[in-house]
Amino acid sequence: MSLRARLALVAEHVLPFAATAAMLAALGCVFLYAPNERMQGAVQRIFYFHVNCAWSAFLGFFVAAGASAWYLWRGGETADQLAQAAVQVGMLFCTMVLVTGPIWARPIWGTWWTWDPRLTMTVILWTIFAVYLVLRSMGRDDAEIARYGAVLALVGVLDIPLIMVSVRLWRGMHPSVISAPKGQGGLEDPRMVVTLLVALAAFVLLFLWLLWRRFETLRLRDAIRRVEDRVMEARA
Amino acid sequence: MSRGAGEPAVEAVGVAKAFGRTPVLRDVTLTIARGEALAIFGPNGAGKSTLLRLCATLYRPTAGTLRLLGRDDRGPDVRRRIGLVSHQSLCYPDLSARENLTFFARAYGAPNPESVADAWLDRVALTDVGARPVRVFSRGMEQRLALARALVHAPDLILLDEPWTGLDAAAADLLQGILAALRREGRTILAATHDVARGLAVADRAIVLHRGRLEWESAVGADTPAALDAVTRRLRTPVAA
Amino acid sequence: MWTILQKDLLLELRTREALSALVVLMLLILLTFTFAFDPAEAATAAPAVLWVTFVFAGLLAVQRTFLIERENGSWYGLLLSPIDRGAIFVAKMTGNLIVLAIAQVVLLALLALLLGVEMPRAPLALFVVNGLGLVGFSALATLFAALSVRLRAREMLLPLLVLPLLVPVVICAVEASRVVLAGGGAADAGAWLRVLATFDVIFTVAGWLLFEQLVQE
Repeated sequence: MSLRARLALVAEHVLPFAATAAMLAALGCVFLYAPNERMQGAVQRIFYFHVNCAWSAFLGFFVAAGASAWYLWRGGETADQLAQAAVQVGMLFCTMVLVTGPIWARPIWGTWWTWDPRLTMTVILWTIFAVYLVLRSMGRDDAEIARYGAVLALVGVLDIPLIMVSVRLWRGMHPSVISAPKGQGGLEDPRMVVTLLVALAAFVLLFLWLLWRRFETLRLRDAIRRVEDRVMEARA
Repeated sequence: MSRGAGEPAVEAVGVAKAFGRTPVLRDVTLTIARGEALAIFGPNGAGKSTLLRLCATLYRPTAGTLRLLGRDDRGPDVRRRIGLVSHQSLCYPDLSARENLTFFARAYGAPNPESVADAWLDRVALTDVGARPVRVFSRGMEQRLALARALVHAPDLILLDEPWTGLDAAAADLLQGILAALRREGRTILAATHDVARGLAVADRAIVLHRGRLEWESAVGADTPAALDAVTRRLRTPVAA
Repeated sequence: MWTILQKDLLLELRTREALSALVVLMLLILLTFTFAFDPAEAATAAPAVLWVTFVFAGLLAVQRTFLIERENGSWYGLLLSPIDRGAIFVAKMTGNLIVLAIAQVVLLALLALLLGVEMPRAPLALFVVNGLGLVGFSALATLFAALSVRLRAREMLLPLLVLPLLVPVVICAVEASRVVLAGGGAADAGAWLRVLATFDVIFTVAGWLLFEQLVQE
């Protein structure tokens, strides 16, 4: 059996169950196992989702950048489909970060939004890849747009460390209400670490499963279009 | 006529080109020997321009393999030896003819770009207007300039896209002369055209493209015009629209 | 690469389109700002005004370097030649940079004039700081501006593509300018400049490497 077929088999049959099981375990840990955080109370539990959404988003964008690089230098629509799927899934998680962030911020800091370095960076990242989605929607079969999208994804990911550094420097100039950074140094209890790891595993599995499903959808869509084209040609 | 030994100038195997979902060339297999002259006929939209551009390295085939001048890549060494005469002049309208030719001569690494440019201005009878901006050129002048631009670096493989369209009789004779000289120098020529008479006059072989496929191929002989008529009847569309 | 740069500069000298349009546009944007700010705020707002103007006027100028290749299909003339595509990128980027640098001088002068912003005793520092920002801007904008070489309708995409990626440049250049305008030397803006320089290097190299794959159809 080819590598592809083997991967497909695992993805179709093992992944959904693994992801569900892991997520149930994570939910259990977050709500039952992990203790209340000293200062923030029960609200802090959102951290386990918020942080993992962020990491999943990053994972998605990195995969997109890698697939885009492959597409630019080696070509092949598979790489492009993977890149698109990765951006879409990454954007899903990125949006979740921007949703869970304010939900967390409100009870803790009394405000919905804050120009915290990490949130700011997430907004910028979100915008970059939102533009990617807009760009790709403007030319569904256009190879030139696909190439520019690939460059955007690659350059966007290259930009991430620079955005991080410059935003941190910037926020350093304008200290805000936040004195205690979120989640940092707050994992005193080992149970919290365990919970975080379980949640991480759950989110990675979820990410992989969503990525697979999205990639398959795009691949099938293109395959169907090809068949349609051949039918139309045969008729003509 | 010697065919030239060694690697063929163009070797296409199963070449296809699609733009997005629109296929333009399908499964074209063709070998063109060094020093050969090929006439490409076919109705509009058959893929003649696309085939020429593929041979010019401007496009990458979506399927199949294409070897140009014995090489698999489309790098600078290959591009240096290919010249394309297109519908547009590919020249800068705000620069003079001389400046354009000098620029391209330099871009192709020709030694003495200025004198090469002047020589070609002379050959296409544009010396008196050499200093005027291309913007004011007439269509005929522009085409002569396009020809010079494509040949200024003495390419081995010359691709011409509808070169006789819009040329007056004098310019057409000029082109004929230049093509004859190129043939004597053993260069390979591919010309896509609607002008059957002129095309056959200069070619050793002819092919017909229709809807992206190679429909007919033959050496040029006395019976070729009749054969082309037969193809027209078979395809139910004029080969030279 | 020099060949192309020469050609572009020659073209520009001949027509003077880019520079004049750029200067006029910058003037207009600045005038609009004059009505928006009162003189007291001008000093703090100046770097921001500077960069907003740069970005919007600059994007149009950068697009022009590729628009000149559209007429008569000369872009294909360039692609057909053995010139390395990375070299085409560097040539276009440098051409843009030169135009933008000249524009910067004009803009700084206008800022001093219209908004009454006090120029530091060593205006060179200000020029360098913003110059570094412009290098990054040039690299990024040139890379994506090639999108409009084939279809005019694609022009609206350029700001969308470039602006989010440009954020580090804008932040650092504005803050560094602020430092210089407040009397500090270029060395005081050290951290900002390091980021700018890193950005410049990364994106110039990225553009140079990527351009070949980008333009090959």
